[in-house]
Amino acid sequence: MIIFYTLAALLILSSLMVVFQRNVVHCAMALVAALFVIAILFVTLQAPMVGVLQILVYAGAIMVLFLFVIMLLNLAPEKLARSRIFTLRTLGACTALLLFVLFVKVLAAPTEGMMLAPHALPNGNIESIGKLLFEEYLLPFELTSFLILAAIIGAVTLAKQQPRK
Amino acid sequence: MIVDIGIIALKAFLVLFMVLNLAGVLGWIERKGSALMQDRIGANRASILGFAGMGLINTLVADPIKFLTKEDFIPPSGDKFLHTLAPCMALFPALVTFAVIPFGDTLQIGERVINLQVANLNIGILYVFAMGSLGVYGIVIGAWASNNKFSLLGGVRGSAQMISYEVAMGLSVIGILMVYGTLELQEIARGQGSLIREFLPESWRFLKAAIGWLPAWGIFLQPLAFLLFFTAAVAETKRVPFDLPEGESEIVAGYHVEYSGGKFLMFFAGEFAEIVTAAALMTTLFFGGCQGPYLLRDGFHFPWGTTWLLPNLAVTLLQMAAFAVKVVFFCWLQILLRWSVPRFRYDQVMRLGWKMLLPLALLNVIVTALVIVVVQ
Repeated sequence: MIIFYTLAALLILSSLMVVFQRNVVHCAMALVAALFVIAILFVTLQAPMVGVLQILVYAGAIMVLFLFVIMLLNLAPEKLARSRIFTLRTLGACTALLLFVLFVKVLAAPTEGMMLAPHALPNGNIESIGKLLFEEYLLPFELTSFLILAAIIGAVTLAKQQPRK
Repeated sequence: MIVDIGIIALKAFLVLFMVLNLAGVLGWIERKGSALMQDRIGANRASILGFAGMGLINTLVADPIKFLTKEDFIPPSGDKFLHTLAPCMALFPALVTFAVIPFGDTLQIGERVINLQVANLNIGILYVFAMGSLGVYGIVIGAWASNNKFSLLGGVRGSAQMISYEVAMGLSVIGILMVYGTLELQEIARGQGSLIREFLPESWRFLKAAIGWLPAWGIFLQPLAFLLFFTAAVAETKRVPFDLPEGESEIVAGYHVEYSGGKFLMFFAGEFAEIVTAAALMTTLFFGGCQGPYLLRDGFHFPWGTTWLLPNLAVTLLQMAAFAVKVVFFCWLQILLRWSVPRFRYDQVMRLGWKMLLPLALLNVIVTALVIVVVQ
């Protein structure tokens, strides 16, 4: 339990840093830290495969692309908005209150039939995930690969240099 | 319980100790070896009581003292926090990857069997790739936080190169995973202990006689994958001939131009630790890990029938020595490569990664699949 609370505190801290940092690159690095902590949380929930995939794909590839774009845009540190500050703060407070009410409703609802405490699920290791992917979920797997192929073709078309006349 | 944690802590300490020491010694081999190859003497001035040890004192004593006592300079318009964080992020994945590399088979003390690997993860090699993909951050953040155009150029080149070659590295290993049927590195190392003749069916007597006496090492079963992995691993560590991100003659040390003192030492040590990691991975995946030739758990079993039984401790020590010899050989090979081959141009690097390594890796996967189906 103490591991969970430490990791949860780290996660909340990183997420708050993502939102409150002035410098965009600091926000991106805080997001990487948050993803790393989420991966550790997955490992404590006996799902090492998902944790490693989180680091490999999300923190390792997607966030690098985020960082590329942020670095190349070279934005100045964000300044506090001078105008419309009353509107911004009221809207922010209302949204936070709504989210809070939603969380309370979801977490306080009766939970028979739902597992909240982490216990060893038998399907965390890679053999069972592989079996699931290729036996039960074969059609979504193939369709996802088509989707990724379409995205790659789209990206290559957009980024291709036009032949000079 | 305490004993278990103690054993794991001892293994982790031992692995870190070995890796960091080997990284230091590699610095010496690089300086002295490059000097020998270039027909010069190299660094031999620093000495203790007249003993200069062929440049050992220079590299292993004088250099660290110099690095650690230099002024720690952070560019004033750079980002202070990220500038300090970047070398740590470059060193961390290189060292942490060693948690899954098996440096021996098993050691039996009393009735406790200790697996000579710090963490026997089910996902074995995916962990290695995950840590490799985290290694890009050290470069990207270090380059950006220096607020220097040459730095940024080196960093962008470096990260593009690293993510391109991660793809090739991952795909080239799929052949090995198919042949040995598992992702756990200890199992892959153990699977290479048998001879090839046990992989082939009964009726192929001619092939069995020809190559069946070889141990089932990855290099014999997947030669193309080894070449691809070697190239991709050298490109990942940004060593020559792929060291354009750090291009010494063009962009003045690239992404670590604004680093001095202890931080540069961390980058430097991180690069050598990555060399050791790449060498250890090549050993484990393709050269049998800790397997000596015909050395099984209870002694030598030669293919012509004679056996030579040894106690468990002797076998373990021999296996660890075999692993060490193989890792040092591959480190030495990478250092030799540095001083033999000129640097590639950037478009050549990208073309090699995407147009040559990637299709060859996919071809390797297809051919491996066909061969496995035919053999079974």
